[in-house]
Amino acid sequence: MFKNFTHGHIERNVILLAVLTLITVAIGGLAQIVPLFTVETTIERVQGMRPYTPLELMGRNIYVREGCYACHSQMVRPFRDENERYGHFSLAAESMYDRPFQWGSKRTGPDLARVGGRYSDDWQAEHLRSPRALVPDSIMPPYSFLDRPLDYAGIEGHLRAQAALGVPYSAEMIANARADLETQARPDADGAAFGGRYARARQGAFDGNPAVVTEMDALVAYLQMLGTLVQFRDVTPEQLNQH
Amino acid sequence: MASASMAASPNAPAGDWAAAPARTREVAYVEAPIRAFAIATLFWGIVGFLMGVVIASQLAWPLLNLDLEWTSFGRLRPVHTSAVIFAFGGNALLGTSLYIVQRTCRASLWGGEEMGWYLFWSYQFFIVTAALGYVLGVTQGKEYAEPEWFSDLWLTVLWVMYLLAYCGTIMRREEPHIYVANWFFLAFIITVAMLHIGNNISLPLALTSTFSYSAPAGVQGAMIQWWYGHNAVGFFLTAGFLGMMYYFIPKQANRPVYSYRLSIVHFWSIIFLYIWAGPHHLHYTALPDWAQTLGMVFSVMLWMPSWGGMINGIMTLSGAWDKLRTDAGLRFSVTAVAFYGMSTFEGPVMSIKAVNSLSHYTDWTIGHVHSGALGWNGFITFGALYWLIPVLWKRAGMWSQKLIAWHFWLATLGIVLYITSMWVSGIMQGLMWRAYDELGFLQYSFIETVAAMRPYYVIRMLGGVLFLSGALLMAWNVFKTITVGEAAEPERYAAPASQPLPAE
Repeated sequence: MFKNFTHGHIERNVILLAVLTLITVAIGGLAQIVPLFTVETTIERVQGMRPYTPLELMGRNIYVREGCYACHSQMVRPFRDENERYGHFSLAAESMYDRPFQWGSKRTGPDLARVGGRYSDDWQAEHLRSPRALVPDSIMPPYSFLDRPLDYAGIEGHLRAQAALGVPYSAEMIANARADLETQARPDADGAAFGGRYARARQGAFDGNPAVVTEMDALVAYLQMLGTLVQFRDVTPEQLNQH
Repeated sequence: MASASMAASPNAPAGDWAAAPARTREVAYVEAPIRAFAIATLFWGIVGFLMGVVIASQLAWPLLNLDLEWTSFGRLRPVHTSAVIFAFGGNALLGTSLYIVQRTCRASLWGGEEMGWYLFWSYQFFIVTAALGYVLGVTQGKEYAEPEWFSDLWLTVLWVMYLLAYCGTIMRREEPHIYVANWFFLAFIITVAMLHIGNNISLPLALTSTFSYSAPAGVQGAMIQWWYGHNAVGFFLTAGFLGMMYYFIPKQANRPVYSYRLSIVHFWSIIFLYIWAGPHHLHYTALPDWAQTLGMVFSVMLWMPSWGGMINGIMTLSGAWDKLRTDAGLRFSVTAVAFYGMSTFEGPVMSIKAVNSLSHYTDWTIGHVHSGALGWNGFITFGALYWLIPVLWKRAGMWSQKLIAWHFWLATLGIVLYITSMWVSGIMQGLMWRAYDELGFLQYSFIETVAAMRPYYVIRMLGGVLFLSGALLMAWNVFKTITVGEAAEPERYAAPASQPLPAE
């Protein structure tokens, strides 16, 4: 039946042209995307990853809202200079709870994948308020408007939506979301239960003022945890293999 | 030989070359919405170029961020990219495709003028809601896919209607063959639908919330995003614009497309290969190596069909090269194809992992994008509009050929300043990041590499100003053409197919 088939047949039949086009353009995407969901070793088998604390999650949403990814990557590549400048190369596991991923594609400013703990809370907040006060050659926009109260009325809904998409937020985490958020922003609050739910999470008055939970608190809390969850001292090369 | 029998050949747009007796009735083409698309293209182009100049200036003079949340670089950058790609490029694609599909099929638009107006206003509404969202901080946080879930749904409905209108018009055609420009537009419409839906699957917090979380996370999210992102380039900014090339260059040069066979080969190979190229945006990241390797290999292969398209476009001028001297609009179209050839060579080079290790994260990428966006998409659109506007408004020609020439040289000089400054700053910054001093320490702190960029950011901004100035001249020229331009002789536009050309 295909003996007399020529391109002329396709050119005369818009349905045939459309279907063949769809098949042609579908192949590459299927071949590259589907295995990333089915091959288990795509995500490295490392310890330490946990969902974001409610305050960190809100901070991350501010990071996304402000378009920080337009100038900052969160993806350290396996090169000597990047490892010396930023730290261990990034793992797929380290962004497994990131919706959306924020790997970025431009470094107008430095990579932030491991910025957590590099600077003090005070430095981060002050730098966000007035970048050139601390780094005279910086071209970063000032973010002093982040010193306003954080709207976290819907925080349970955020955790619930994340849980629906597969992030392991337990019912207990969702029920305590508001309390955990406030606890993390107040260094003097009792953090035992909060710490039990979120390993290695740190309490602090991130913007310098423990009285009000601000957007600055949330963003600094997020920046300060970036890249700190996986303990690379305990990681073996076998765990990092992606097949 | 391509030109052996032009009258019977399927590789010439219907109208000029088809045998006159085949035309049995006059077709009432839908044109009013297309005039609106043409104006919107110009308007959004100027908005997009202006936003580019603004954010380029912010990088040179950060005080211009104004210390306001709505005017910070992070929020304005998607306004610039969306205004240029989706508002300028999108209006150009919608307008020209609806014009071309009617003319090459000799059929009026399926759905009539109402369909045309629905597509027009619905698309403008999408652009405005998306842009307002960015300024107010409503974003999905994925490059070139920033509009939130409700805008995405709106666009999905619009796009299905567009596909129906397009295919419906083709099904009404009087020509036996579907002209090659329509293959590319059809591939653009179908693939953009697939990409748009695939990359925007997300869960809104509530039906009343403007906020959503994307369904895929991390490495899968990254792969899906760049499958989308690279093919927004491949199908929105390439396949669709190739459709424009395949109609307007033959029209402007009054020659049939160089090779019918090459059209077929390069159509199927370009749409097959492009889809695989996404992972070259993720070289040396946490994406598994096998995917990166596939992305690199297919990106390098993509060079061939890309140049197939370039050859088909440029060689269409065979025997009509002299027109470049007299037709400044054609000069835009042909230079566009030359820029297309240049950036589709640069792209495969940058997708090689060793090159990418230097170029990635730097301004080299920004320069590459702009040689494509300004040189290819901008110029092919300007060329098409300079031909189309007199036709749509029934004028003898553009008001001023001299202004077109000024536009051409201003824009060309602007692009040269832009891409050369970004080559220098990009390669320099990449080299500074990896430089070691004689003691084995990193030679430069990050902020030293930022400070070194300043002169190039100023030059880039000047390039943008030149490009914008050219577009303003164009707007003036179009305004004068429409308002005081000399009317065309009635018979020239009374019949859509008035100039049968003898077979050689």
